[in-house]
Amino acid sequence: MSITTTWYLLLAAILFSIGTTGLLVRRNPLIMFMCIELMLNAVNITFVSIGSHLNDLGGQLAVFFVLVVAAAEVVIGLALVVAIMRRRSRTNADDLKILGG
Amino acid sequence: MLDLVWLIPAFPLVGFLTLICLGKSVREPIAGWLATTAMAGSFLSVLLVFIGMLLEKNENRQSVFTLFDWIPVGDFKVDIGFLADPLSITMCLFITGVGTLIHLYSIGYMHGDSDFNRFFTYLNLFAFSMLILVLGDNLLLTFLGWEGVGACSYLLISFWFRDPANATAGKKAFITNRVGDWGFMVAMFLIFFNFGSLQYLEIFEILESNQIAKTTTTFIVLMLFVGAMGKSAQFPLYLWLPDAMAGPTPVSALIHAATMVTSGVYLLIRVNPIMAEASTWSTGLIAWIGVGTALFAASIAVAQTDIKKVLAYSTVSQLGYMVLAVGCGAYTAAIFHMITHAFFKALLFLGAGSVIHGMGGEQDLRRYGGLRSLMPITAGTFIIGWLAIAGVPPFSGFWSKDEILAFAWDKSPLLWFVGIVTALLTAFYMTRQVILTFFGEPRYLADADADADADADAVGDIKPHESPWTMTFPLVALAVLSVVGGLIQLPFSSSTKRLEHWLEPSTFHNETHLHLSGSTLWVLALLALVTVVLGVGIGLSTYLKEKIDRQIFEKPILSNAWNFDSAVSKFMGGPGSKVFTAVAKFDKEVIDGAVDGTGQIVKKTASILRRSQNGLVRTYALGVGIGAVGLLIWFLTRATL
Repeated sequence: MSITTTWYLLLAAILFSIGTTGLLVRRNPLIMFMCIELMLNAVNITFVSIGSHLNDLGGQLAVFFVLVVAAAEVVIGLALVVAIMRRRSRTNADDLKILGG
Repeated sequence: MLDLVWLIPAFPLVGFLTLICLGKSVREPIAGWLATTAMAGSFLSVLLVFIGMLLEKNENRQSVFTLFDWIPVGDFKVDIGFLADPLSITMCLFITGVGTLIHLYSIGYMHGDSDFNRFFTYLNLFAFSMLILVLGDNLLLTFLGWEGVGACSYLLISFWFRDPANATAGKKAFITNRVGDWGFMVAMFLIFFNFGSLQYLEIFEILESNQIAKTTTTFIVLMLFVGAMGKSAQFPLYLWLPDAMAGPTPVSALIHAATMVTSGVYLLIRVNPIMAEASTWSTGLIAWIGVGTALFAASIAVAQTDIKKVLAYSTVSQLGYMVLAVGCGAYTAAIFHMITHAFFKALLFLGAGSVIHGMGGEQDLRRYGGLRSLMPITAGTFIIGWLAIAGVPPFSGFWSKDEILAFAWDKSPLLWFVGIVTALLTAFYMTRQVILTFFGEPRYLADADADADADADAVGDIKPHESPWTMTFPLVALAVLSVVGGLIQLPFSSSTKRLEHWLEPSTFHNETHLHLSGSTLWVLALLALVTVVLGVGIGLSTYLKEKIDRQIFEKPILSNAWNFDSAVSKFMGGPGSKVFTAVAKFDKEVIDGAVDGTGQIVKKTASILRRSQNGLVRTYALGVGIGAVGLLIWFLTRATL
């Protein structure tokens, strides 16, 4: 049994679902970030597998963009997390409600 | 030299800006001289343009000079542009010419006033607005000038605003004029709706090529006439003009006699191609309202005791003549009378101002008398003005009035009859005014006439004196113009009808032509002459020889202006004010309610929607997720359909 594109897509879907569920149920900002990364990488897998399936280099190209954007996003996100943790430790994402004013 | 036309309004504008920037730092008489120089510069530029236009051929005498785009919106474009044609230049000539003289006069008249510079600031702003009104090449620019002169009129009527009566008179003028402005605006909307343009020449072109419904043009003309009624003080919107005499006398001469009040007549003449397309009953209505106003106002002038009020009602009456001429399609005659009226009425007002100045502010005719020897120049020029307005040949008023009456006869003998009765009254009340002021026994001394008011001893120390040269020079200049003004249009042959020939490019052959034989014209002129002699004769025998009891003419109902003014106030104060309160309530509750209601709905909806913004990141994430799934479903199901 050879591994076809469908398998990869299935893996990506599972990973994406785990990421989404994690994002929605966990309140620790750090964990939520990891979940977002999980979702992004699930999408990356889709890009690469479809790209190779269609014999198109564009799929892999898109992944690089996603990686760069994700890296930048993580930098900002972690900076925010650090800033929040400094003020009050043991803070979760829902406590940030106070920023709503 | 035609392209110098922009200089004409530029001079007064610069004068106004200079004066308003310098403010109180310029004292009299420098402010006055500055303003007068600006006006003189404007007059010189008009002269240059006029000469340039004379050198052109008759058909090339109409040109538009666009300075810049004012309001470009899609296809619709309004420019700041000037239409230089014989009509506008003729208007400019007498506006700036008479204007310069009145500015000069004001230097003497306003001497010692604490707001000397403010007066001249307003006066220059007025001149600028008036020139914009006349020169504008589209209705909107004309309307800008129209509102400008209205505002200046308000400012100048209530110039001595510390007296509440003056401030009220200013407000009355402003509010009455708003009624007229409403008509102007409706006409402007209609023209834009039907023609798609506001530029005069474009409108006229479209009018020539396209078929516009007669009802439309009739309605436009009627609405424009409502505007003209307000500015040119026709019945029933004349009410503000007699009260406008609260302003300084030079203002009455410049704004409320010579220039601004003629702008309504000017507007009607400017749109003469539209008038030509309107149905005849509308022009007939204009003629009848004109002649009715003329008779009505003349009858009131007979019994007025304030020297300026007599002239004010006389102005309303003479404007009625001009409107009559417009209604008869006699545009040249209207312009002709406008010019001669500007000369002699400005002269009469300035003469009255000189008398008031010499008498230390006294305006009651009953306290004058015998001033002829004490004020020789004022008296002499005033008498010339009297002869001109009464219509004694060969003074200018005779020619212009006679021409209007000839056209009136041609349209309907009944119009002519009302006109000739007005002429009789005009001759009578002007004779009365001249006799009471300059002839007879002095009545300003302490032992004044018994019928004068009780506080006669308060004016006992008045020493009447002749005015300074800045005031007498304009009087003499205007007197000369009042004598020779008739030369521009003599009815003897087509070559002496210079004004008619000159105005041809602006009237587009819409001018009515007389169908009267030469002998009829002679008879009409003779009848007019007899009327004048009769009017002057009755006046002389009543007031100089005192053979007729003056109470016969000075009825209380006439001095109360047929109680029309008080009836209007009574209505507006009583049932009228209830109606307006109801309208205000409707506006507040229904119109404002709709507007406020819309705001309230948005506010309520927003306060419900803002609850979804609860600040929980995970809720947002869920929202994004549901949205993404929703989009996915939508795309997938659409692909299968």
